[in-house]
Amino acid sequence: MLSAVWLIPALPLLGALLLLVFGRKLGEPWSGVLATLMVAGSFVAGVVTFLGLLDRPAEERQFLFHVFDWLPVGGFNVDIGFLVDPLSMTMVLFVTGVGALIHLYSIGYMHGDRGYPRFFLYLNLFAFSMLMLVLGDNLLVTFLGWEGVGACSYFLISFWFEKMPNAVAGKKAFVTNRIGDWGYMLGMFLTFTTLGSITYFAKDGSGFLQHASGLTGVTATAIALLLFVGAAGKSAQLPLYVWLPDAMAGPTPVSALIHAATMVTSGVYLMVRVSPVLAQSYHWAPQVIAWIGAITALFAATVAVSQRDIKKVLAYSTVSQLGYMFLAVGSGAYVAAIFHMVTHAFFKALLFLGSGSVIHGMHDEQDMRFMGALRKLMPITASTFIVGWLAIAGVPPFAGFWSKDEILLSAWGNNKALWAIGLVTALLTAYYMSRQVFMVFFGEPRWDQAHHVAGEAEQSAAAVDDERTDVAHGVAVDEHPAPTPHESPWTMWVPLVVLAVLAVLGGGLNLPFNHDVSFLANWLEPVVHATEVVPDVATATKVGLAVVAIIAALAGIALAAAVYLKQRVRAVEPELLLHAYHYDDALAAFFGGPGEALAEGTAMADKLVIDGAVNGAGTLVRAGGSRLRVVQTGYVRNYALGIAGGAVLALGWFLVRAGL
Amino acid sequence: MTAALLFAQVEKVATPKLDWAATAPLLILCGAALLLLLISSLTTSRPARGTYAVITVLASAFAIGTAGVLWARVTDAERGAFTTAAGALTVDGFSVFFIVVISLGIALSALLADDYLRRENLDGPELYVLMLLSGAGGIVMAMANDLIVVFLGLETLSIALYVMAGFNRRRAESRESAMKYFVLGAFSSAFLLYGIAFIYGATGSTNLGDIAGFLNANTLEHTGLLLGGFALLLVGFGFKASAVPFHVWTPDVYQGAPTPVTAFMASASKAAAFAALLRVFVSTFAEYRLDWQPLIWGIAVLTLVVGSVLAIVQTDVKRMMAYSSISHAGFILVGVQAATAQGVSAALFYVLSYTFMIVGTFGVATLVSGKGDEHHGLEAYRGLSRRRPGLALTFTVFLLAQAGVPLTSGFLAKFYVIGAAVDAHSYALALIAMLSSVVSAFLYLRIVVAMYMTDEEGAEPGPRVRVPLGAGVALGLAVAFTVVVGILPQQVVHWADRAIPVVLASGR
Repeated sequence: MLSAVWLIPALPLLGALLLLVFGRKLGEPWSGVLATLMVAGSFVAGVVTFLGLLDRPAEERQFLFHVFDWLPVGGFNVDIGFLVDPLSMTMVLFVTGVGALIHLYSIGYMHGDRGYPRFFLYLNLFAFSMLMLVLGDNLLVTFLGWEGVGACSYFLISFWFEKMPNAVAGKKAFVTNRIGDWGYMLGMFLTFTTLGSITYFAKDGSGFLQHASGLTGVTATAIALLLFVGAAGKSAQLPLYVWLPDAMAGPTPVSALIHAATMVTSGVYLMVRVSPVLAQSYHWAPQVIAWIGAITALFAATVAVSQRDIKKVLAYSTVSQLGYMFLAVGSGAYVAAIFHMVTHAFFKALLFLGSGSVIHGMHDEQDMRFMGALRKLMPITASTFIVGWLAIAGVPPFAGFWSKDEILLSAWGNNKALWAIGLVTALLTAYYMSRQVFMVFFGEPRWDQAHHVAGEAEQSAAAVDDERTDVAHGVAVDEHPAPTPHESPWTMWVPLVVLAVLAVLGGGLNLPFNHDVSFLANWLEPVVHATEVVPDVATATKVGLAVVAIIAALAGIALAAAVYLKQRVRAVEPELLLHAYHYDDALAAFFGGPGEALAEGTAMADKLVIDGAVNGAGTLVRAGGSRLRVVQTGYVRNYALGIAGGAVLALGWFLVRAGL
Repeated sequence: MTAALLFAQVEKVATPKLDWAATAPLLILCGAALLLLLISSLTTSRPARGTYAVITVLASAFAIGTAGVLWARVTDAERGAFTTAAGALTVDGFSVFFIVVISLGIALSALLADDYLRRENLDGPELYVLMLLSGAGGIVMAMANDLIVVFLGLETLSIALYVMAGFNRRRAESRESAMKYFVLGAFSSAFLLYGIAFIYGATGSTNLGDIAGFLNANTLEHTGLLLGGFALLLVGFGFKASAVPFHVWTPDVYQGAPTPVTAFMASASKAAAFAALLRVFVSTFAEYRLDWQPLIWGIAVLTLVVGSVLAIVQTDVKRMMAYSSISHAGFILVGVQAATAQGVSAALFYVLSYTFMIVGTFGVATLVSGKGDEHHGLEAYRGLSRRRPGLALTFTVFLLAQAGVPLTSGFLAKFYVIGAAVDAHSYALALIAMLSSVVSAFLYLRIVVAMYMTDEEGAEPGPRVRVPLGAGVALGLAVAFTVVVGILPQQVVHWADRAIPVVLASGR
């Protein structure tokens, strides 16, 4: 049964190829159906492989599937192969499971779009790349998937490339990720030069993770931190997170699949995968990761508090939750990181898809100020969204509570300050998510205000409104009459319901009560047993911490209710809104300033270089009809001068060498 | 009696023994050139379309076939490499490898030229004749076991190329590029020749085997003359290989020359330059590598940086690709700089992959440019995916390969040279090479974006693009090689590993 593993990436690849060739002929909705079936088939293959793995005793749960030799150079050998172990199977199952649901959802969401088949082509290609990333048995195959998901993300963010912000956002994602990739590549080379292999595990024991214990502290630290640079780029951590909020310009299913559930978590996967190297590094290296995670979590949560765009709130929330996962990784709680990754995939995909359903129902309105009271008109969307909200807010017994609690516990065991940051973030998370829910689904309907306020809003918050009008499928909100929101078709709400169920029950994957019900911990045990740090905390303290976390969550919700529910009843409190404006301004200044300076610097350099090239080298472009005259007036002489100059330098070098 | 005496005297004239089988590829190419001239001058009526191109391609194919036979001979452990023509030519795996690379360059460029010449109303055998002779010159460079023969090959290669660059005589750009190339080429040849004189002065020979033997056996008291010779030789080779700062001609000439000729220049001619560089420096001057390595290091860095940075600011795709071919030269130099067997093998792999990529790239440019060879701006590529989805996809493969995206031969090529640099402890160079590939990725994606992501309504449709049979075959071959070798590179790596140049003394 384990040999079925090759089907897992092969099916989405086949789907992508079929769509490439027949996409246009299939059209709508069959191209979407094909893509969905391929990913669903991949999920089934994943389940089969999973059962095969489950069949084995815990210590033998590792299976290497060799596809072919890829790069044989001297002592350096890289094969295309898959590593099937509990960690990769966990990733495969939730990637294909959530992926299939989002594919299904997209069939309805992308209805009527010009690029319908192209969209599903990219989605399938993405699924393939993501599966290569998690299944690859060496750093290079993982890198292949890593680049693949990056490219698909870039294509999908700019999917509606006619809109300038989308194209810019796509570029931003691309450039930021290249910085991360650079760290990854260096980490990979360093691994090879010091350990002689980049294969995780090999049958003959030559995999680099198998003899990571022989690493010196300094090398292990360098490898771990370089790979972490890659992870921080992909998983949107400070300071490389900037691309993720902008990436929301892509279609909403893309935000759910790539920018919430799967791709952005690949950094966490990578760090868990190389945890033996991390364990070998200096003590401060994991601490750096933990602190960056914690600070990112807090930072993004505070930003989310002031966002107006329904998707931007979720985007910052994703950054914040990813920060939690890195906090767990840095604290050595790998199981907690993976656990939170899985539950987060459930509830964040649910929230994104719910927001997509809202946007769909609101006819491409994304500004939460123009929503309100939608629960009556969109009952299914509203109720599932509320489940997602309670899950992310950390209210028991929803999934988010259990995984977040474990992360907070590990942070407590690591450093009390980290725990405090995590707790404040939990409170903020509950607060901004409640704010969102209240603004969208409760209160009074405000969707008819859109065109009244549009003019004023554009002046005061140009950034948000640009987003709103531009992401609309080419339809300016001002032009059409106030739409009446409606519930979405079944292809869209069925995934919502399934994800909502998962968001309720997901916590059951890993219950903390006793060893037997910690399913995920037991399952992952063979992978992380050597590196997992188990916090040494008394049961009473554990319970106490959980209670504190619950209080924080409820306090956040209560606070939001006081501000946004009751405030609506009385009147707008200008001070708070004003405060939100300030926050936006501050952010814009903070990121727009250096960003723009950089852009201007680049533009300047461009100008200098272009001018230099044109004037100095004398291009053919300008010369027009009198080109031969140009030749005679000495450009060639300039060229010859360049060559002669080079010759003089070369001669000079050798004469110095020769000691003359 | 007198007659007998005469015969006896004639017999005493030392004619070098020529191994006909070993020189067969050369003879085939030159023979085909003569055959083409003969056909065109003896027949009055115009031959069927594509006759000249087919003859050229067949000649290259035969050359490759005979090279295959030679390969079996030189890689046979018992027979091995040998020299012929009185030690003037070396026949080893390296020579054979380059015979194949250059012949491929000829064949693919000829396929591109076929329709181009008709389109530009220039049809005739001359371009093919020049291409075959130029290619033969390149092969002489690769086989040369004597600096004078290297020079001879270089001139044969170059003089034909000067004419080819100006072949589209109706276009001022073409004429100008020929003029520039000629003047600068002559200039750089002078450096090369002077360098040969220096080397001769320092070692007393121009034969590579003798030079290597001399340098191994003797310690020079004064190395000034020898090192001066190195510098001047580097100028000559660097010019042909478009290494910075000897690259100045490249953008103008690549842009001005007829596009199929540019493809030939970027593939066959550059390959020949690297062949000479590798054999002369890495093998012959191996003893003195600590002296020349730092200089190659500097040239490689300059070439990488200038090539990728200046490519980005171009708006003309042909010129962009000219800069990009400069940056590829930088990557090959990274392999040369390592000066190890691994480095040479990586450079060879790079040269072969690059040949297919660059011919394919300029092939697409040939087609897109349309009649008059004019449309080379980025706007000509806008929305190509809608007008010609297949062509756009093909071009995307070449661009991704040039960018070094995994699963293409371009990725592996970069990977191997960087790996060789790392193994030779040139970490900084490896780092710079990686960074420059990051920078240039942007440039290639820019073209991909132009082809795929363009508003239907806004942009005016670019020129109509036809894909004729010959060019289609060439592009298909290039794409197939790029993708297949990107996935299954073992065989090519195996060949490159066995094609390390050997330097044999003239005695053998």
